Amino acid sequence: MHPDELNALQRTGADDPAELETLGADDFRVLGRRNRKPEGLRKGTGREIYTDDLALPGMLHAKLLRSPHPHARIVSLNAQHTTRIPGVHAVITGADLPTPYGIIPWTRDEHALAVDKVRYIGDAVACVAAVDEETANAAVEAIEVEYEELPFYLEPEEALTDGAAAVPIHDARREGRNGNVTKKVELEFGRVDDLMRESDVVVEGDYFFHGTTHAPIEPHCAIGNVDADGLLTVWSSTQVPHYLQRELARVLELDVARVRVVQPAVGGAFGGKSEPFDLEFCVALLALRTGRPVKLLYTREELFYSHRGRHPMSMWYRVGASRDGKLKAVDARSLLDGGAYASFGLVTTYYSGQLLTAPYELESYRFDSTRVYTNKPPCGPKRGHGSVQPRFAFEVSLDKVAAELEMDPIELRRRNFMGTGRTVNEFRVQSNGFLECLEAVEAASDWKKKHGKLAYGRGVGVAGSCYISGTNYPIYPNEMPQAAVQVQVERSGRVSVLHGASEIGQGSDATMAAIAAEELGVPLGYVRVLSADTDLVPVDLGAYSSRETLMVGNACVHACRQVGDVVRASVSRTLEIPVARVRLAGGWAFDSSAPADDDRRLPIAAAFQLAESEHGTLGALGHYNTPKEGVHGEYRGGTIGASPAYSFTAHVAEVEVDPETGFVDVKTIWVAHDCGRALNPMLVEGQMEGSAYMGFAEAIMEQQVMKRGTPEGGLHDAPSLLDYRIPTSLDCPEFVALIVEAADPEGPYGAKEAGEGPLHPSLPAIANAIWDAVGVRMDSLPFTPDRVWRALRDQADDMGGNRHESTIREGG
Amino acid sequence: MLRLHPYEYHRPETVDEAIALLVEHSGDVMPIAGGTDLVPNMKHKLFTPGHLVSLRGIAEMQDIAEDDDGFTIGATASLDRVARDARALRALPSLARACSLVSGPQLRRMGTIGGNVCLDTRCTYYNQTLFWRKALGYCLKKDGTACHVVKGGTRCVAAHSADTATALLPLEAELRIVGPDGERTTPITAFFTSDGVWNRRMEPGELLVSIRVPRPASNTRHSFQKLRARDSIDFPMLNLAVRVDFSEDHLVADLQMVASAMGSYPRRLGKMGVVAAGRWLTAELIDQLAQEAFRQCHPLDNMPIDAEWRRAMVPVLVRRALSEITD
Repeated sequence: MHPDELNALQRTGADDPAELETLGADDFRVLGRRNRKPEGLRKGTGREIYTDDLALPGMLHAKLLRSPHPHARIVSLNAQHTTRIPGVHAVITGADLPTPYGIIPWTRDEHALAVDKVRYIGDAVACVAAVDEETANAAVEAIEVEYEELPFYLEPEEALTDGAAAVPIHDARREGRNGNVTKKVELEFGRVDDLMRESDVVVEGDYFFHGTTHAPIEPHCAIGNVDADGLLTVWSSTQVPHYLQRELARVLELDVARVRVVQPAVGGAFGGKSEPFDLEFCVALLALRTGRPVKLLYTREELFYSHRGRHPMSMWYRVGASRDGKLKAVDARSLLDGGAYASFGLVTTYYSGQLLTAPYELESYRFDSTRVYTNKPPCGPKRGHGSVQPRFAFEVSLDKVAAELEMDPIELRRRNFMGTGRTVNEFRVQSNGFLECLEAVEAASDWKKKHGKLAYGRGVGVAGSCYISGTNYPIYPNEMPQAAVQVQVERSGRVSVLHGASEIGQGSDATMAAIAAEELGVPLGYVRVLSADTDLVPVDLGAYSSRETLMVGNACVHACRQVGDVVRASVSRTLEIPVARVRLAGGWAFDSSAPADDDRRLPIAAAFQLAESEHGTLGALGHYNTPKEGVHGEYRGGTIGASPAYSFTAHVAEVEVDPETGFVDVKTIWVAHDCGRALNPMLVEGQMEGSAYMGFAEAIMEQQVMKRGTPEGGLHDAPSLLDYRIPTSLDCPEFVALIVEAADPEGPYGAKEAGEGPLHPSLPAIANAIWDAVGVRMDSLPFTPDRVWRALRDQADDMGGNRHESTIREGG
Repeated sequence: MLRLHPYEYHRPETVDEAIALLVEHSGDVMPIAGGTDLVPNMKHKLFTPGHLVSLRGIAEMQDIAEDDDGFTIGATASLDRVARDARALRALPSLARACSLVSGPQLRRMGTIGGNVCLDTRCTYYNQTLFWRKALGYCLKKDGTACHVVKGGTRCVAAHSADTATALLPLEAELRIVGPDGERTTPITAFFTSDGVWNRRMEPGELLVSIRVPRPASNTRHSFQKLRARDSIDFPMLNLAVRVDFSEDHLVADLQMVASAMGSYPRRLGKMGVVAAGRWLTAELIDQLAQEAFRQCHPLDNMPIDAEWRRAMVPVLVRRALSEITD
């Protein structure tokens, strides 16, 4: 094709060539800008298609029968007669799905429908498919179950007793053990006891996190369908299509190649959709049994039962420091209240200790974490998995150390900054912008004029944290890539990105589109994204542990660069420009040394056509796998918590406490977060504000708790959005997002995570601000008005006494 | 999602037609106005009437009228309308405030003042799904025999939670109720009973048609306080309405206090007028009244919020209400 002809091609969407003059060699054209999400308008105008919006011809509706008892043996179950009810097509029970499953291959302790036993109020027992929900509900009501009630345990301490071990929630895996213990981890790094003795100041305290759930707007929904060839498709509001596909095949005893999982748009997940759930197995089996599509949509109440939210955690922390504020020893014990099943609990138990070791340099560290089953909805991963609770305890401890030393708490944190290198538990940290985060919140909040200086009732508090950008190892051991992306370039100039990442609102589709647009020089509107369909796109392990930007992003860069190299080579030959000078950007392929020269540039579509003429169809597969050398220690458990790159956050919270009522009004939270590189600052700020909001909500208001006593013991206290209170816009503080960019060599363009890290410091920063405001330590969450009021009353009763347990030792 | 039971929906255009429908389907019928309370309650299977009589099309129930002696507020006037009504804001600020504090903006536009006055009592063991209540074994208020708030109790103590009713008591409002045998007017002070199962003195077939609120005397001041967890949406954890009548020399002539969201009816606290009459409304008197209110108020565990704290908030609300009046 002649260049003149190519020049005549459509230029819609291309930038004005004059603008290309401003492009430096490594300036971004798309990345780093506040671009709209590809799905933004669809969501904003109500046109997005969620799983429940899908309806297939002849579709049936399923409902679950759930256990009314917290712990009981199923003596008899009579369900088959319900199929005689007009409109009922099938009913299934535990006997139909005997293979246990679980997201962690070593703790498969769940059945889609209870086999022999129920373990919490809401445990699924049977499932009915009928022509509509009303008929399914009526059939569920008609199922007869005889239960033998068993003793139940609502607190981990109760489950740990010898009496409870005699009637455990799960059978012990080894003789002589208490079956109620899911996992115990003890790790020690350095000489904790010696260094604690040598510390000038030791602060010790008990802390408690109460439990919260995710409360996404969209309830879980799944549709199963079997086509004429017997191929099973499950549409589900999941954030892990790949793991779901594997578990569906295993439990249903199908060839995994004949199972397809499609994830439509998801209306919020936050970790609450990151493992297989009862409904997905049920719709699949019911579709196989009836030959009809089957849908199951949870009620809001059922979300509180399926749960997998943040573990209640009882924590004991002892922190020793030298007189100049350097941390010498940290000793921690945690008891995790796991609920009825393991879920991610094995990982949670490790995370409760392993993720605490940055951004501060710890000379020695020991933790002892135990996760225990209880007869409550199962806990699992919620945004900031496993590390939000210990971070609360630790950052409040640091505030106490600073108070003991009469040192500014920001200064204390600054003195303990670890920089890059190895954490005490041997994780490799290659970038660390925590100091800049501290400086940003210190300046923005006017900290120095406020801390310790505001009138009674008003105060500021600081806290820091660290989080992972994906887990270094997949959930099931394998050497294959963690993420893959296919890029196809079409002769019109359109670019298709096919990737496995789960878009759950965090912006993975937007990020992949922006990377492709940047790398291939097309305007953003020319990129189409297809994601999370196991038949059509390459594998990704899912949207959990903040892994998508780094892992799928790297895979996307890998794919795009292969295509870009081909296009640049063709342009180089045709326009006779050295290939190193050929740049693809802004809708053009051009000579970077003379962007405005009409003779040395082509519209990008022309460049694609040129390359396609020379090389054949343009496309490439890219992949990413994590580095395995030198990123973690070689001790048992040393891989859990290891990540290619770590993000860092600092918050300052300003609060006003009403001393009469105990209401804590959080005025402002300044959030500084080191995300490596903000590929889209608007999305990063959104994640920072959303994370800080969620942490604030857990600190102030949200509570997933069960009733105690007889007969209400084990019933959820508030399984509705009226009584499970999440803050409304009127209750929110001002969130000020301050982006810090300490680029990491492992991240795409240096990018790290932004979706979970910025949650952690909210809780301790607010606790520390309450202390600054009214002088009470809120070591037990949440800070609801009644609890703050009690703390203030106890303080008044106890005036003149020690406000917290601590000792300052003379000498050293 | 939770499903509604099947029912027939009637749309009368006059009060008489509505009454006729209520009588015709007696025992299996309920009136519905905004539906903001009834619909969720039906989804929870707390009520499953075969017939619903909509009051939305009845023009005569919607008006807010002012005359020299006061206001007549149609029962189906939306809470939002009353809250924003300029005349009500001027003459009945405590009522306008109570209306503005019910739930959130969307529900205030649907919900009506009559519906709020007749709001079903609420309890943590009652306002739950059928699944939940069945797992509990039900309760005294619905389908069961045991009270879980007061163990062994034989009387339902579900919380009266109607913000507007609390505000209307010290305003000496009167309710115009129409039934098959004609109409009657009842002072709101005599409308509620202490039975949490059904705490309104209304016979089957009767409708609350309008609320008459006399114009407060020029030397009378009202205040309404609501304790809730969030700045929107939530039902009251405690309600307090206060009225102070001043004499010409600015001494307290009479003082009334109504507290609610504790037991099953809005309670007028005793002795307040006796303590306050003939005195200046000073900080010392306010404190004395606050302590007196504390002695008389005993919130129960009918909501999942620390009852001891709620009780401690009684004097706080009293002080805030009276400080508002002295300002």
